[in-house]
Amino acid sequence: MNKPSLNRYLVQRFGYGLLVAVSILTVIPILWIVGYILVQGAPAISWEFLTGYPSNGMREGGILPAIVGTLYLAIGTAIFSVPLGIAASIYLAEYATENQLTRLIRIAIINLAGIPSVVYGLFGLGLFVLFLQFGTSILAGSLTLSIMTLPVIISTAEEALRAVPQSFRVVSISLGATKWQTIRKIVLREAQPGILTGVILGLERAVGETAPILFTVAAFFLPRLPTSPMDETMALPYHLYVISTQVPGMPIEIQYGTALVLLTFVLSMHALATVIRSRARARRQW
Amino acid sequence: MVKYVIENLYLRYSDEIESLKGINLEISARAITVLFGPAGGGKSTLLRVLNRLKDLTDVAEIKGSVLMNDGHDHFIDILSPQLDVVKLRRKVGMVFARPIVLPLSIRGNLTYGLEMAGERDPGILEAAVERSLKQAALWDEVKDRLDDPAVRLSGGQQQRLCLARSLAQEPEVILLDEPTSGLDPISTNKVEASLFDLKENYTIILVPHSVQQAARVADYAAFFLQGELIETGRGGDLFVNPQNQRTEDYITGRFG
Repeated sequence: MNKPSLNRYLVQRFGYGLLVAVSILTVIPILWIVGYILVQGAPAISWEFLTGYPSNGMREGGILPAIVGTLYLAIGTAIFSVPLGIAASIYLAEYATENQLTRLIRIAIINLAGIPSVVYGLFGLGLFVLFLQFGTSILAGSLTLSIMTLPVIISTAEEALRAVPQSFRVVSISLGATKWQTIRKIVLREAQPGILTGVILGLERAVGETAPILFTVAAFFLPRLPTSPMDETMALPYHLYVISTQVPGMPIEIQYGTALVLLTFVLSMHALATVIRSRARARRQW
Repeated sequence: MVKYVIENLYLRYSDEIESLKGINLEISARAITVLFGPAGGGKSTLLRVLNRLKDLTDVAEIKGSVLMNDGHDHFIDILSPQLDVVKLRRKVGMVFARPIVLPLSIRGNLTYGLEMAGERDPGILEAAVERSLKQAALWDEVKDRLDDPAVRLSGGQQQRLCLARSLAQEPEVILLDEPTSGLDPISTNKVEASLFDLKENYTIILVPHSVQQAARVADYAAFFLQGELIETGRGGDLFVNPQNQRTEDYITGRFG
């Protein structure tokens, strides 16, 4: 028992060092990407860039229509996916009994989350744009993004609901509250930060995706703001794709400037979710 | 006056465990009835039948009859599927083994039941807060910080808050499931003292956390063993002079 102790100690040191090194390795590319886009894109950022319309075949001017379009899509997606997602999660966490049907629903949700986003795009094209005749529109794009976002919202919200201690429900019921009162006054209240985090993470994904909006809403070039939900619109991810691959002689700082704006959008949503989560954890009474 | 009449009550959980095997018991109003015996005897299950909280658990089969006196010798069928369970639970308060305060303020915990019942009058709510806290001997300790989160209270205070909370709706019955099992002796004394005062006006059914507590507080006692009711009697008689050998063995500490 005495002899291997030095060996064991070395193995432990080596294993520890390896884990630290691997952890650092995973951080490097993220910092690199963010830093690179920041450095390359920052020169393009100006008031005109953020509030102006593209001109000269998008080689000059600003990206306002794409920013506004992405905002509209985020709002539109939230309108459909948030109420639906929360309702579904309440059903799954609070009402559904474990049976074949709920197992099937859960499997469907997990698999929905794994479908490639371009498939959502094609589905949206078939169902919303063509069959329901919404045309390429913010409505069709928002609905497509909603379907993609729903699994994220449902599963995180369900998790947040299940994390609320069962004893609160029992006590509430024992005090003569109905099941729905218990859910509304206690469970939802306590799960709210977790649900909100899920909503933001889901919308963040929707904002950053290109493929689902490709066939359903995105305009190649539209130098005006959309005026109704039935309008097409430009959007940041698709605009970035277009100016990176489809327009010859594109100034590189406009590409990186656009990427920087998109990244800022997504990362600030992520930061918001993190803040909500940590503040709720500090305030939590259980 | 008789508060509950239980006849041939049989209950089986879905995991095939028979929790109650033909219980016959009458429970007196305005007295402390103690249900005691070793773990797994069916005491907690019986409590959860009396306020229909067993509806939340996986009960496979329940037979027999449980009737509750509405105070005018009119008996309500507790097991009826048509029973308004929300109304029943407002009349039958419950305190659990662990103090479970809701994630609300002290005041919020006390007014929760009344508010869920639709009470909005601030005067009535305020009066209920003060009355119930005094009944649970907690008023002096918390009257200046009613809006603090209830979790900031000590364990003993939390459990008295839970007792106060069950009293806020002026129930007819209070069920207590080992309410002092996690408390120090001083807090335990305070809870027991409250129970002595409360039995003037309420029907109290207590699962004690020890035989000693059972003997201290019982007006009536019922000994449960593996789902069967072995012996019932007045507290003063049963603990001094048990009729059944198994009751005696348990009381004298030969098993349990």
